[in-house]
Formats: sequence, structure tokens, C-alpha cells
Amino acid sequence: MRSENFPVVEVKHLCKIFGSPGRGLKVDSPDLLEQAENNGAICAVRNVSFRVNHGEVFVIMGLSGSGKSTLIRCLSRLVEPTCGQVMIDGEEVTNMDEKQLTQFRRTKVAMVFQHYGLLPHRTVLENVTFGLKLRGMKVAEREEAARQAIQLVGLAGWEKQYPAGLSGGMQQRVGIARALVQDANILLMDEPFSGLDPLIRREMQDELIRLQEELRKTILFVTHDLNEALYLGDRMAVMREGAFVQVGSPQEVLQHPADDYVRRFVQDERRITQMVENSSKPAVVRSLDKARSLSAS
Amino acid sequence: MFPEFLHFHVAESIDLFVKWLTVAWGPFFKYFSNFILGFLIHIKDLLLFIPWWLWISGVGIISWWQTRRVITALSLMALLMTIGLFGLWTVAMETLAIVLTSVIMALIIGIPIGVAAAEFRQVSAIVKPLLDVMQTMPSFVYLIPALMLFGLGKVPGVIATVIYAVPPVVRLTELGIRQVSSSIQEAALAFGATRWQLLREVRLPLAMPSILAGVNQTTMMALAMVVIASMIGAGGLGEKVLVSINRMAVGNGFEAGMAVVALAIVIDRLTQGVARHWQPPEGISK
Ligand SMILES: Nc1ncnc2c1ncn2[C@@H]1O[C@H](COP(=O)(O)OP(=O)(O)OP(=O)(O)O)[C@@H](O)[C@H]1O
Ligand SMILES: [Mg+2]
Repeated sequence: MRSENFPVVEVKHLCKIFGSPGRGLKVDSPDLLEQAENNGAICAVRNVSFRVNHGEVFVIMGLSGSGKSTLIRCLSRLVEPTCGQVMIDGEEVTNMDEKQLTQFRRTKVAMVFQHYGLLPHRTVLENVTFGLKLRGMKVAEREEAARQAIQLVGLAGWEKQYPAGLSGGMQQRVGIARALVQDANILLMDEPFSGLDPLIRREMQDELIRLQEELRKTILFVTHDLNEALYLGDRMAVMREGAFVQVGSPQEVLQHPADDYVRRFVQDERRITQMVENSSKPAVVRSLDKARSLSAS
Repeated sequence: MFPEFLHFHVAESIDLFVKWLTVAWGPFFKYFSNFILGFLIHIKDLLLFIPWWLWISGVGIISWWQTRRVITALSLMALLMTIGLFGLWTVAMETLAIVLTSVIMALIIGIPIGVAAAEFRQVSAIVKPLLDVMQTMPSFVYLIPALMLFGLGKVPGVIATVIYAVPPVVRLTELGIRQVSSSIQEAALAFGATRWQLLREVRLPLAMPSILAGVNQTTMMALAMVVIASMIGAGGLGEKVLVSINRMAVGNGFEAGMAVVALAIVIDRLTQGVARHWQPPEGISK
């Protein structure tokens, strides 16, 4: 399935510290992190390196506060990285000036947020056209593109509603449409389905898989839900206190956890799998089957 | 007793300074003063050009359209009617003209300052203490600088009113912009909004309810100040009140006071109605 096997996202030794690293200390290499931390800085991302290939769904998983949101925001510099390098589509994001960065955000990446981030005073249609409007695209043109994206996420007929009139699931569909209409190759998704109840969440996950089969984007997907990671991910990284403790296919992580932290993470999942393999076949197992078949292909 | 040899007066130097200012900058103040006066007269002419029955029915229609409540609309109409019944219509329009002129000036000055204070910390750091001082100062004090530079009349009345009325709109503009949800702003930035686009597309529209609350308060304060400004010859309803106090004419004072209150309530309701229209929509609209 992944014939085009070249890295679209390449991250090298990325670090992010919050707070002051102490007077006179400029953290420009991961070696200085410890010293900064001793001086009272918070180390949210700790020397993280990885690659994501074209068309891949890369899941970043970890407990609350492990630095997932900070990491994904560093990629488009919504959070300014302290040190390290981010290359996207062959361009070094960490070197861009303000103008280049704006252009980059308008065309190369699109982001979906946990809290949707929709404009409450704009209709669904206006929300979806927002990014295109920022680019200065003509009204007719951008509305045409937006209608297609709205159709794609199954919201046709809701164009004139305001976000407050939509359910959480529908609001996130708007968020996804707004990202898709950008026609960017890379989607950054920060816990997009965490705020939704389980049934809707599963529906949205299936929706994402369907869209992904159709559109073949490169997706970086943040979640704290192992089940979601297994269901969606081609590869996954487990994050702890700002560092990657394991990177691999969901299958590998499930079967060969790298350390106790990961083991504890996957324990419940394995127990459930074993439990239900003896009885009937509920949704969890199907999801595992699906995850395996996806990562095996 | 405080020893006399320790007395130290600044009054004389201030007088000298003002004298110098009015001489050296005389043409400028004259030009400025004429400009404001011209503006004021245009507005007054416009207000008086509209016949009283059109005013009253206009206010009724707007109020009904805003609230969909007949009672509210009728009450506002009745309030305007009393002004006319007391024979104070022309004087009230004079007051309204000064209020409008002052409010327009206050908004032209105040909203950009509020926006700048929200955008730049340094501006905020300067503006905040200034506003604190302005709001704790007794309102009479504002008459002094206006009087110094423009003498007696309507223009110093407008100037004093502008200074007195500008703080709320500055504060509420800044507050409104700062309160815009950071997750919405982050989303806009993620899609490549420049600072200017962020302000225009996200921060300002979402701060609008707060800004309009500021406009409402500024208007109310302007109305209160216009009455006080009659002490330096601004005219209007305030002058009626002042004259009644001097003559101990309680009845006349009451009528003029009532007219001020009626004007205040009508302006308050109408501007609040406008503010409500800017709230982001809730629920399904079909
Ligand atoms: N603006 C900030 N200032 C200071 N510390 C911050 C800031 N943002 C995040 N942090 C800290 O960085 C660490 C990582 O936060 P982050 O939000 O990236 O975690 P997360 O994995 O996304 O968690 P969650 O699952 O709760 O979203 C936390 O310890 C947090 O307190
Ligand atoms: Mg997070």
C-alpha cells in the first residue's frame, strides 16, 4: 500500500522547554536539558526524533501531560521549539522567517483540534472557507471548494448553521472539513475525537479511515487512547515525560512493549483481547483485527 | 497651623503656562475648536430637522425590532413624549447633540487605544494606570483643563465630556479582546492568519459584545458629564437644572432632571439592543 516510501515529516532532536532555563543558559542542544531542568524549567519535549512517510498515519500516544500537544504544535511552530530541527516536504520549518512560516501554514499543513477551534460567529460554510479566505482566494472559488469538503465529511445541508447549533461530532466534522479544504498533504490532529462519546468516536474513526483511503494524506494523530491508536495507526510512538519510549507498528508495541511503562499501557488491552478471544467477537477485537491487518499490509 | 514660609504654589506657573499655550498654540486651538463646533452644530441641526413624531415612532420601531416586546417599545416612546410635554424637546436635542459629538470622539480615540493596549503589553502598562487615575478623579476636575484651553462654551463641554467618558470603552475593548478564547485564536494562527488577519477576523468580532458594552457605558457617562459641563456653559438640559438650583425652582429642576433620565434610559436600551445583536448565535437557526 505504501509504495511512495519517502519521509514527508522529519524531526531531529526536537526539544521544548517552558519557563526559564536559568540565567545565561541557552539551550541549543539536548545535552543541556538536564541542566535547564535543574534550574526549574519544564521539559515538555525531550530530544525527539522521528520520520513519517508519505500516506502514513503516525499516532503519538501518551498519558496526559506527556507532551503530545506540545510536540505536534512544534511541527508548525504554534509552539516555538527550543532546539532541534523540523523538516516538512523537504523544507526546514525551523529556519523559516515569519512570512515563509505563514505561507507554510496556509498550504502545507492543516490542523484539527480537540476543542474544534471553530469561529462561533461564522456559519459552517464560512468556517470551512476560513483558511482559503486567509490566502486571499475569491469568494466563489473558495465556497465551491468548501462545499465539496462539507459534502465529503457528510455535512451537506448544514452550511448555513452556526457551530453552537451542532453536536460535538458534527462540529469536529466541520473542523475536519476546514482542514481538508486546505488541500495540504499533512494533517496534524490533536486528540480530535477525545471530546466525543464512545459511539460517535468510533463513527468518526471509521470516517477518518474512509477519508484516508480516499485521500491518502500524511496524518500525525495524537491520542491518549490506546484503542484509538491501534485502530488508526500505521505506526505509533509512545511518549512519556516528553520523550519517545517506543516507536513501531501497533502490533509490535502490543506484543513487545519496550519497557514497564509501555507494558502497563498495553496490559489492559491484551487482557481484554485474551478474554474475548475465548468468547464471542465484540468490537474491541474487530478493532484489533483491523489494526493488525492495516499495519501488516 | 502649617507654617507659612513652607507654602509653595504652582497656581501662578500653571496660569503662565496656559497663557503661553493659548498664545503660542492659539491658531491650533482656534481651528480645533471651530471644527468641533461645526460638527456639533451639524449634528444638532440634523437632530432638530427630524420632526418629533418621527423621532418617537422611530425609537418605538427600533426598540420593537430589537426586543420584539410591545411594552418596552411603548415605554421608550412614552419617555420621549414626556420630554416634549415638559417643553424641553429642543433643549434635550441640544444635550443629545453634545453627547453624540462627545461619544463619537471618545470612540474614535478610545477603541484604537483599547485595541493597541490588547495587542501590545507596553501600551497596556501605560494606559492602565492612566485610566485608573481618570476614573477616580472627581468629574468636576475635568472641567479645569477644558476650561484652561478653550474658555467657556460648548467646545470645552465636549472636551471635558470626552475625557470623562473615554475610559470605559478603552477598558472594555482591551478586556474583550484579551478574553477571546485562545484555542480559537490558535486555530486561526494554525491556518496561517497574520497578526492583522487575526485581529480583524477573530479578535475584533469576538470582542464585539464587550466593545459595545463599553460604547454603552461611555454614552451613559457622557450624558452624566454633559449635565455637569453646563457649569462651563455647555448649555442643554444641564443648564436648566443649574438655573433651577440657583433659583430654588424645585419643579423646573425636577422636569429637567426627568428629561435627562428619560434620555438616558432610551439611549441605554437602544445601545444594549445593538450589543445583543452581536452576540455569537446560539442554537439551531433555520
Ligand atoms: N504554555 C505552557 N507553559 C508552561 N508549561 C506548559 C505549557 N504548555 C504545556 N506545558 C507543560 O508541558 C507538559 C506537556 O504538556 P502537553 O499539553 O504537551 O501534554 P499532553 O500530552 O498534550 O497532555 P494532554 O493529554 O493533557 O493534552 C505539561 O507538563 C504541561 O504542564
Ligand atoms: Mg494535549
